[in-house]
Amino acid sequence: MALWNKNLWCVLSKVAQNVPATCVAPCNRLIHSSPPAAIQAEVSKPEGRTTCTLIPGDGVGPELVHSVQEVFKAAGVPVDFEPFFFSEVNPTLSATLEQVTNSITKNGICLKGVLASPDYSNVGELQTLNMKLRRSLDLYANVVHVKSLPGVKSRHQNIDTIIIREMTEGEYSALEHESVKGVVECLKVVTRTKSQRIAKFAFDYATKTGRKKVTAVHKANIMKLGDGLFLKSCQDIAKLYPKIEFEAMIVDNCTMQMVSSPHQFDVMVLPNLYGNILDNLACGLVGGAGVVGGASYSPECVVFEPGARHTFAQAVGKNVANPTAMLLCAAKMLNHVNLRFYGDMLRGAIDKVLKGGKVRTKDLGGQSTTKEFTYAVINNLR
Amino acid sequence: MAAQIVKRASLNRSTISDWIKGLLSRLKNDGGQGPSFQSRTFEVDELSAAQPLKRHYSSGTRTCTLIPGDGIGPEISAAVQKIFQAANVPIEWEVVDVTPVRGPDGLFNIPQAAIDSVNKNKIGLKGPLMTPVGKGHRSLNLALRKEFNLYANVRPCRSLEGYQTLYDNVDVVTIRENTEGEYSGIEHEIVDGVVQSIKLITEEASARVAEYAFAYAKDNGRQKVTAVHKANIMRMSDGLFLRCCRDAAEKHPDIKFEEKYLDTVCLNMVQDPSKYDVLVMPNLYGDILSDMCAGLVGGLGLTPSGNMGLNGALFESVHGTAPDIAGKDLANPTALLLSAVMMLRHMELNAQADKIEKAAFDTIKEGKYRTGDLGGKAKCSEFTNEICSKIQAS
Repeated sequence: MALWNKNLWCVLSKVAQNVPATCVAPCNRLIHSSPPAAIQAEVSKPEGRTTCTLIPGDGVGPELVHSVQEVFKAAGVPVDFEPFFFSEVNPTLSATLEQVTNSITKNGICLKGVLASPDYSNVGELQTLNMKLRRSLDLYANVVHVKSLPGVKSRHQNIDTIIIREMTEGEYSALEHESVKGVVECLKVVTRTKSQRIAKFAFDYATKTGRKKVTAVHKANIMKLGDGLFLKSCQDIAKLYPKIEFEAMIVDNCTMQMVSSPHQFDVMVLPNLYGNILDNLACGLVGGAGVVGGASYSPECVVFEPGARHTFAQAVGKNVANPTAMLLCAAKMLNHVNLRFYGDMLRGAIDKVLKGGKVRTKDLGGQSTTKEFTYAVINNLR
Repeated sequence: MAAQIVKRASLNRSTISDWIKGLLSRLKNDGGQGPSFQSRTFEVDELSAAQPLKRHYSSGTRTCTLIPGDGIGPEISAAVQKIFQAANVPIEWEVVDVTPVRGPDGLFNIPQAAIDSVNKNKIGLKGPLMTPVGKGHRSLNLALRKEFNLYANVRPCRSLEGYQTLYDNVDVVTIRENTEGEYSGIEHEIVDGVVQSIKLITEEASARVAEYAFAYAKDNGRQKVTAVHKANIMRMSDGLFLRCCRDAAEKHPDIKFEEKYLDTVCLNMVQDPSKYDVLVMPNLYGDILSDMCAGLVGGLGLTPSGNMGLNGALFESVHGTAPDIAGKDLANPTALLLSAVMMLRHMELNAQADKIEKAAFDTIKEGKYRTGDLGGKAKCSEFTNEICSKIQAS
């Protein structure tokens, strides 16, 4: 017991230090992610049922979510969905923000399609529904693991980068006003608290997943105070993690490096807008918006949503969208709630279908439909 | 049209043959279609009214300001000068130094002589400048931008034949608003640990850059202008920018116009760059996308850049000063040379521009004399000499 206490103390006081093997489990609890793998003896079929909030979203979202539900049914996954129609472009049918947040807070997990954000709000608001949801749940960290998939043709091979994006402030503060006619000010708010929080999240995530390097992306040479504060916060937190290499990069150089030599990046931590840019850029490198899953974390709950968020509205009802991103989100969700048995099963089936290359949706150069892809995944469930 | 030609001739006797050649080649590009011929006339009218600097040149030889810059700047500037000499370009260089000097107000700034030179010549070519970090004076690039009201930054990115990158057929032009937006420089710390940066978007600047984008598309035979924005998130500021682009698009019905979200452009650009033609956008997005497009074709060492201003135009290479290879005759002058070619086009010296550009592209394509950054072994001077001999042979 004494040893245990000592170890615990060591973890709490210096998280970043090389912790003895016995401390791995408590250490993992410091970030809100999937349950520690170390204490899990073996993957067995779990018992009991889990409830998950489901937001199909706009565009092709409902079709993709349907695909997930079909696969879950076929695999017998013990997850019950609590679906909400939630949409900014269709406000009359939409559930209220309160209903949705209550459900997510209660369940702790949510699977979410893409919400369309129109250029003009029907009530003249500056905040989009997405922003409101993120604010009210405090979904501050968006994690997109961009990884080259087997069997997906792309220009670069073996990309493996984790992009961590701050999602509650920055350019997405929705504070704008027209001072005089034709002159608009838009505020970008950067705070030390939130910058340090996301930096700590990034380093913790890197520690947990055994990564070597964290790259902070900024434009502090121009926005000396705003991005300067973000950079300074990252540098301060980096000092607490001497085992992990830290580097800073200016955002325009970063995009250039990303398209020419993406392998240099390991974990990246970015403010809101740059995160959005890099997420999409990196997704483009590994096959597009249809094949990358992501997750947004708050201290209390996790929302699993595609890594590059496009509604793909022109394909609605055409049965051509690629459900891979949404299925990967679902697999991540299963792993998160300790349904590893089903998560691995789903992940394995997706990989097998992609690797086989016989069933490809249009975005990957094939002719298969969403349904055909879904059935192929179901047939490959072991 | 005839009246235009006569007007030009009286202004510009010695270069009339060049000008007519340029005109002819433009007409050829038009395919001789009636309506566009008409609009062309209108556009020449408008241009000469809006940019008096184009009529500024009364003698055969024109003077351009040259700012060689730091690091590898002097070498690559010398290379460009040599190539221009070989092509008999009727340009005289006025070399100025922009090393900051302490002014009467005690602040370091660009020497007055350099400012006067650009103001007088209305046109300049600039090598890379080093901005010392945290030395108390603002970036020289920024100072030049402010001084000459350089409101639009134009960066054509084209895949070079013979130099393979992972992305083929890139041919996009990014046009970036250069005076406001996220780089307005208005920031303050409200309380400790809370900073507000202001992104400033004005109708005036947005309309100006939008109009320029369409004029550029027309002048350079481009088909489509894409406005890149994030108006779904920044509904008022980017919304205003977008409205200005729509207004400009209405005035130019012969050029296609589309609106795309920044994230969509990023995603599509790396998958299929041929989807885009001319891109127009606010400051920060332009900064990011122009560097990204340069990354697609092989880096900043190959992409030219031009800054259009109210008081003149400044063409520059946007790569760094590369102090590690400075003075070793290893630098690649392509970016500065292509910027100089852009400058010639801006001065309507199209014949010389085409000649130099072709020689440079051919040299790179042949691959015999490539500099180190392109995987070759040639020295800067060998590369330059090869281009010169190609020009003289043609």
